[in-house]
Amino acid sequence: MEKEALLTLVHQQLSEKFKEEIISAEMAKDFPVFTVKKEKIQEIFQFLYETKDLEFTFLTDLCGVHYPNNKSRELGVVYHLHNMQKNYRIRIKTFTSISDTSVPTMTKLFSSANWMERETYDFYGIDFKGHPDLRRILNVDDMVIFPLRKEYPLEDPTREDKNDAMFGR
Amino acid sequence: MSTATVKSNIEITKAPPGIEGPGFFATSIDKVVGMARKNSIWPLPFATSCCGIEFMATMGAHYDLGRFGAERLSFSPRQADLLMVMGTIAKKMGPVLRQVYEQMAEPRWVLSMGACASSGGIFDTYSVLQGIDRIIPVDVYIPGCPPRPEQVLDGILKIQELIQNESIRRRDTDEYKALLAKYNME
Amino acid sequence: MNKTAPIITEEKEYSTLNLGPTHPATHGIFQNVLKMDGEIIMDAEPTIGYIHRAFEKIAEHRPFYQVTTLTDRLNYCSSPINNMGWHMTVEKLLGVEIPKRAEYMRVIIMELSRIADHIVCDTVIAVDTGAMTGFLYLFQWRELIYEIFEEICGARLTTNIGRIGGMERDFSKKAWDKINIFLKDFPAKLKEFEVLVMRNRIFMDRTIGVGGISAERALNYGFTGPNLRATGVDYDVRVMNPYCSYEDFEFTIPLGTQGDTYDRFMVRLEEMWQSISIIKQALKKMPEGSFHADVPDFYLPPKELVYNQMEALIYHFKIVMGETEIPVGEVYHCVEGGNGELGFYLVSDGGRTPYRLHFRRPCFIYYQAYPEMIKGQFLSDAILTMSSMNVIAGELDA
Repeated sequence: MEKEALLTLVHQQLSEKFKEEIISAEMAKDFPVFTVKKEKIQEIFQFLYETKDLEFTFLTDLCGVHYPNNKSRELGVVYHLHNMQKNYRIRIKTFTSISDTSVPTMTKLFSSANWMERETYDFYGIDFKGHPDLRRILNVDDMVIFPLRKEYPLEDPTREDKNDAMFGR
Repeated sequence: MSTATVKSNIEITKAPPGIEGPGFFATSIDKVVGMARKNSIWPLPFATSCCGIEFMATMGAHYDLGRFGAERLSFSPRQADLLMVMGTIAKKMGPVLRQVYEQMAEPRWVLSMGACASSGGIFDTYSVLQGIDRIIPVDVYIPGCPPRPEQVLDGILKIQELIQNESIRRRDTDEYKALLAKYNME
Repeated sequence: MNKTAPIITEEKEYSTLNLGPTHPATHGIFQNVLKMDGEIIMDAEPTIGYIHRAFEKIAEHRPFYQVTTLTDRLNYCSSPINNMGWHMTVEKLLGVEIPKRAEYMRVIIMELSRIADHIVCDTVIAVDTGAMTGFLYLFQWRELIYEIFEEICGARLTTNIGRIGGMERDFSKKAWDKINIFLKDFPAKLKEFEVLVMRNRIFMDRTIGVGGISAERALNYGFTGPNLRATGVDYDVRVMNPYCSYEDFEFTIPLGTQGDTYDRFMVRLEEMWQSISIIKQALKKMPEGSFHADVPDFYLPPKELVYNQMEALIYHFKIVMGETEIPVGEVYHCVEGGNGELGFYLVSDGGRTPYRLHFRRPCFIYYQAYPEMIKGQFLSDAILTMSSMNVIAGELDA
């Protein structure tokens, strides 16, 4: 199916049930992208999972993103869904503010979301409400910062042997 | 069936200089011990990432680490002589590496293979230890990302040189004690 | 297939075994704390992150052409596939069309690295059952693949092959000769390995029915690649979302039935045969043409021109100093890596470096299912299951 047609199909079906939740629906290169509010996101995913003609039963990817300049919508979670039978792929984004970082979890529907949400928590500090075991997965357990946020540097700030001026930092 | 003699190009290790006579051979004990130790290293391959795959290629038949006597890999630190750290060591892995080093019995040597183990490599980040010599003493560094098997063999040869020339009472020398004290180990 | 999972009761005392980060059989550093009832595993708790190198953070600080060296170190047994995947992602963002010859060259390199990756996985499964011979024999042939990569790009393992916009140079005559020698000699040796292991009574007893997972659970856990095809689901990114002219080639997708270790082994073995066939087809149908796209804004001009022509010098300066215009937007592209769907989610804000780059790493996603797969199995089966899943630490932690 052509990507624009897929966008209209999914948009129509979603608008019937979740009109107020959808913030935007647009194409990004060759992907229909939907930005939705985070409150009813579990119901939206359940709807996309079960509805005939949509049946997005495979969660390809889940990651976080940080836009420090979007006030009250700094932290985002990006989901990629895939319908393998008909080869439909869409992207769903939801944003939350940096002061209230809780987003509902997807683990009840997709078991693969378990570690992906833990990774997103580890990097960005997004709390997934309802996650069975939300703790750090890749970084050391006693780290207090969320390193992939834009305000933290790449290099270890405590090292003293590398001269930043010589390395162009 | 012909009984042709196979021309062998295998070199047997040379005996150390000493006084020879009918039925006896006298030399100093550290030369003999050094020769024995250097030709029977039991490495502990502490392989974490890409350098580990190049180590597997070095162990393979093409580049054959076994001909230097290092055929038997020991994964238990208690039975190993040479700790080969191959690959990036993250800060999460640091305490594990230190514990493994402390469990090794004397005499022990450490070979740091690859840029990541020697100095952090291309990963100058908050989560990577910038060189294992921050936590354990290192004897030989092999640069490369990953080093070619020939470079690894070169490093092993340098370790063999170190092993041969080491005195057998190294652990009692002041220099060694000062080195371990620097790393807060006894 | 797994028997029903054992139930942990209060009356029994269970022992804890630490399959620690340094272990000869785990082929990578990750830890599993196992709760055991004698030899049977009741529960497992994995810990990863021992080689977390913060690739995604580094990528936000490196220009696009320098990110290729990071992608090398994801699944380092088959680095060229990661490199090509990244180049295709950036080409999608920039809207660049690659000439057919460059695409066929990319296909040859990707299939060679797929063979290299599957050689490691299959021989290591055999080593874990005790059959060391296959490992020693086939690694000789992996050296031949390394020599081919060396002819093409100069490096054996972390290849950094290709450029954004095509390949950096055409294959030399020596490279073509080496590929032909490989195609002539390798199939016989692969057959030898097959004969040693495939119908071997001991190997089959060790691997059939071990570490199985059903297709529904696998899909729910986000499995892709040979592990998913072993459960019977025919999902291959090369067929479903063809990229890089894969639609021009004819190949079959091997499928398993039970999703156990034997099926995973056989799927990878059969994929090696399919890769050999794809390379043969690519060689036969190799079109003439340029090996890179005509995009002077992103593809470095050859050094002779840079030293002699003003235009080439300016382009070189702009590319290296980051003065070229990168479009704003976001793109997701996936390729069929050695372990499954390797995806790149790239968000660009027009700057010199990516704004956000996320790697969809197949190993990370399917390793979550490991505790479920080994419940109720013996300890030695757990080791086999782990090696048959082909967990590469670089891809797990990134």
